[in-house]
Amino acid sequence: MMEALMALVIGVLTACGVYLTLRARTFPVVLGLTFLSYAVNLFLFTMGRLTIGRPPIIHWTAADYADPLPQALVLTAIVISFAMTAFVIMLSLKAREELGNDHVDGRDDA
Amino acid sequence: MLSLLLTIFTGSVLTAWVSRFGRLYAAWAAGALALLGLLQLVPRAAAVFAGETLIERLAWMPISGLDLVFRLDGLGLLFALLILGIGLLVIVYARYYLSPRDCMGRFYAYLLLFMGAMLGIVLSENIIQLLIFWELTSLSSFLLISYWQYRADARQGARMALAITGAGGMALLGGFVLLGEIAGSYELSTILASGDVIRAHPHYLPMLVLVLLGAFTKSAQFPFHFWLPNAMSAPTPVSAYLHSATMVKAGVFLLARLFPALSGTPEWAWLVSGVGLTTFILGAFMALFQHDLKGLLAYSTISHLGLITVLFGIGTPLAAVAGVFHIINHAIFKASLFMAAGIIDHESGSRDMRCLNGLWKYMPHTALLAMVAAAAMAGVPLLNGFLSKEMFFAEAVSAGTHLQLGWLLPVLITIGGIFAVAYSFRFIHDVFFNGEPIDLPKTPHEPPRWMKVPVELLVALCLLVGILPSLTVEPILRIAAAGVLQTELPHFDLAIWHGVSPALLMSLAAALGGGLLYAMRSPLFALHEKYCGRLQGKLLFDGLLAGVFASAGSITRWLDTGSLQRLMLSFFIAVLVLGGSGYIGSGSPLAGSRELLELDAISLIAGLGLILAAVATVVLHRQRFVALVLIGAVGLVVSLIFVKFSAPDLALTQLSVEIVTIVLLLLALYFLPQRPARESSRPRVLRDVSIAALVGGGATLLTWAVLTRPYGSIAGYFLENAKPEGGGNNVVNVILVDFRGYDTLGEIAVLALAALGIFAMLEKLQLPGPETDEQGRRWNRDTHPAVMASLTRLLLPLALLVSIFILLRGHNLPGGGFIAGLITAVALIMQYLANGVTWTQSRLPANMHPVIGFGLLLAAATGLGSWLVGHPYLTSTFTYLDWPLVGKFEVASAMAFDVGVYLVVVGATLLILIHLGLMHSASHASPDPQGPR
Repeated sequence: MMEALMALVIGVLTACGVYLTLRARTFPVVLGLTFLSYAVNLFLFTMGRLTIGRPPIIHWTAADYADPLPQALVLTAIVISFAMTAFVIMLSLKAREELGNDHVDGRDDA
Repeated sequence: MLSLLLTIFTGSVLTAWVSRFGRLYAAWAAGALALLGLLQLVPRAAAVFAGETLIERLAWMPISGLDLVFRLDGLGLLFALLILGIGLLVIVYARYYLSPRDCMGRFYAYLLLFMGAMLGIVLSENIIQLLIFWELTSLSSFLLISYWQYRADARQGARMALAITGAGGMALLGGFVLLGEIAGSYELSTILASGDVIRAHPHYLPMLVLVLLGAFTKSAQFPFHFWLPNAMSAPTPVSAYLHSATMVKAGVFLLARLFPALSGTPEWAWLVSGVGLTTFILGAFMALFQHDLKGLLAYSTISHLGLITVLFGIGTPLAAVAGVFHIINHAIFKASLFMAAGIIDHESGSRDMRCLNGLWKYMPHTALLAMVAAAAMAGVPLLNGFLSKEMFFAEAVSAGTHLQLGWLLPVLITIGGIFAVAYSFRFIHDVFFNGEPIDLPKTPHEPPRWMKVPVELLVALCLLVGILPSLTVEPILRIAAAGVLQTELPHFDLAIWHGVSPALLMSLAAALGGGLLYAMRSPLFALHEKYCGRLQGKLLFDGLLAGVFASAGSITRWLDTGSLQRLMLSFFIAVLVLGGSGYIGSGSPLAGSRELLELDAISLIAGLGLILAAVATVVLHRQRFVALVLIGAVGLVVSLIFVKFSAPDLALTQLSVEIVTIVLLLLALYFLPQRPARESSRPRVLRDVSIAALVGGGATLLTWAVLTRPYGSIAGYFLENAKPEGGGNNVVNVILVDFRGYDTLGEIAVLALAALGIFAMLEKLQLPGPETDEQGRRWNRDTHPAVMASLTRLLLPLALLVSIFILLRGHNLPGGGFIAGLITAVALIMQYLANGVTWTQSRLPANMHPVIGFGLLLAAATGLGSWLVGHPYLTSTFTYLDWPLVGKFEVASAMAFDVGVYLVVVGATLLILIHLGLMHSASHASPDPQGPR
């Protein structure tokens, strides 16, 4: 039932991400995007199904390997989502400077 | 033929360039190039006259089956001669027409660009290639029509022409794709030979309608005719060129070109001749009521294009011959008429026929030329227009005999003919006679000698063709018509006198009726003014355009209120609706048949821990520091998940990214407001929680459905070939640097761009740091803790060593450029954290731009290297070296690529963090206004 746990984990991460991206301040939105990238990366990774103890590293004793393709895709996705998170953080700092507050729409009333 | 096109297109650039040395050079260059183009046709013409079709093929993208294919047959040759010949005359004419204020280089460059595009249309064998040139004529005619950019009417006219012909081009693309799929080939040779297949196909009608939309918009057929009069705001040489021999002829060229493939069905006959007939009559009617000289010619052009369209619509071989003949004749007399109108405008300062009167006295030479050309337009015997018009009338009569109410066709056409005679008569009488000029800005006089030469040549052609048709025009007409029909030509005779026939009677009726109509013009003009003055396509078009803009604006405003929250909300709702609709009604069970894995206690605890930490992050997100610590824990468990499920590379990457992200968030947190924001209202929280729960639930179900299903993968290929082809044991790394190296190159480019974007944003950013923390405690200004500082300094070499080790072993064991780059970045960031930015900055020159640039260059150059040894881009080659002490060591070109990745990752990560850190020290350094407490 490892699969059920994995599905639950991805669901919770998604839900947390969605809730936080709907907030009005920049910091929770950044956190929400981080959650969403965890969820998406894990989801992409599970496209290769779950395999225990068979890393895709060629060895003469190994009989079978995990699917290396989703792993390769997710590896770059992790790095790119870092770049995206960093970009959004800086955007929120820039917005803070230009608008004087940290509301996502630049309004200070809410 | 490629060389011909290249001559014209490169000539366009050349012309723009030489105009820097003197305005007239541009005219000379353009003229010489057009002449050179004509000369290039000469050696090929002999073969075409002998009945051959020349095909020239150049492999362009052989993998996609795309070739540049050119075709020169009679039709193509006729059009190429018209385009280049009349083009040359227009070039000579424009040199005298343009005033010293107009930029000649730009004009001639556009003109040659347009000329090349037109030649491309008539010489293409592949219909997609034809379409590309077709669109190019729309674009370059836009530039030509809007040549006087400072004039609002020129800009509007050009925009309208572009919008309508561009939309037509879009329809044509659809039609061509259908046509190509039906015929099984996109090459004309095949398409023209498979007319029966095409006509019998169920998609024939939609294809026909789309192709005809393209042809009709280009040839200004009703109801798309109104762009042409509005394009009259172009300089007159442009009008003379575009509306006699080229732009508008492209549409009828298409009808002629596809005639054997598409014609011969009732759909074709009704659509083409119906639209053509309407256009013929409407254009002739409108032309009579124009007061602008060029407006009259514009509507007359529309009418004549309608005439040609009717002929192709009738669909008999003889009608097609007449159509081709009229294409030639119309090009000749209409070009000369536009040029004459331009001379009149140029030398008298007006184009209004209510003011222009009695010019015969002032410019008898020009008047004579214009009168002969206008007579050709009216269809007076001994002039070229008479011959093709006579053929047109004869065809209308014979087509009418096969139809119910067939007598209506000749009658309608005679009515059109009456108007044609009347407006031609008006052109002659109103301008050159009819009293004295009224309030002209200039006293009219004859133009410079050479400005008349092109008109003289064209008028001479009108006469020659009209008097001696079989000696002049017949050979070219025969091969062109053969090119249209692709079969044996029908018998025809280009004599001036055919005896008393119905066609002759129709001509007589048209001439008499036209004279009568013109005599009654004053009451007719008043009537027209009263009832038809407002009926203009332009108003309709402008209204339509305004409506489109307004509705687009309102949709945008409705969707985008400038609120991110609202946008996110609509996004997630859309996700729910789209995702949910996929679940509903699929009928397949949620879970598949795959064997499931055992759940062990440790995994359960870790999973529950992650869930707990994630939920806690959300609940406590207003206490930002706590939330940050909690999300760090979530990231940690995510990397453990990768460890558990056989993905060591991912685990290492996730772990190091996690550290960098948390440091980054911590640094950023310092600059965000301390005061926790107000809590959202209860209903809002409830709404967001339920949306989040629904989206999360959907993700869970989807993951569950995927995980329980068996699947086939292409992984086998990578696993088998990683060692023999890529020379590495770590398949993930081999995929990154070899199999999918091109993707990786793109990804590090994105990373580099993000870092540079951040740099640009941070460069002038100045944010005040807070004086105190949330509880009002002042920030600690202690120097950096000594133990930590010394320890990290000691650790640095070790950490760097580890990262290099990870980099080198990456090809065979978990590791590689991404991970090693992140580890190096973490090692260096530790120095910044422990020792302060200033200290580290002074010891480590921190300009990361060259590092990023060098990394990207290295990665790209490695790919080029594999070109040198004859492999496709970014294919890895490798060999084994024997190193003393170390042993057998593998050297792969992929390693150089991985070093490039490494450098970009280090550079990008440090660039971001160091600049944020520098902002910190700047905000710390500000003197404390309150003094020590």
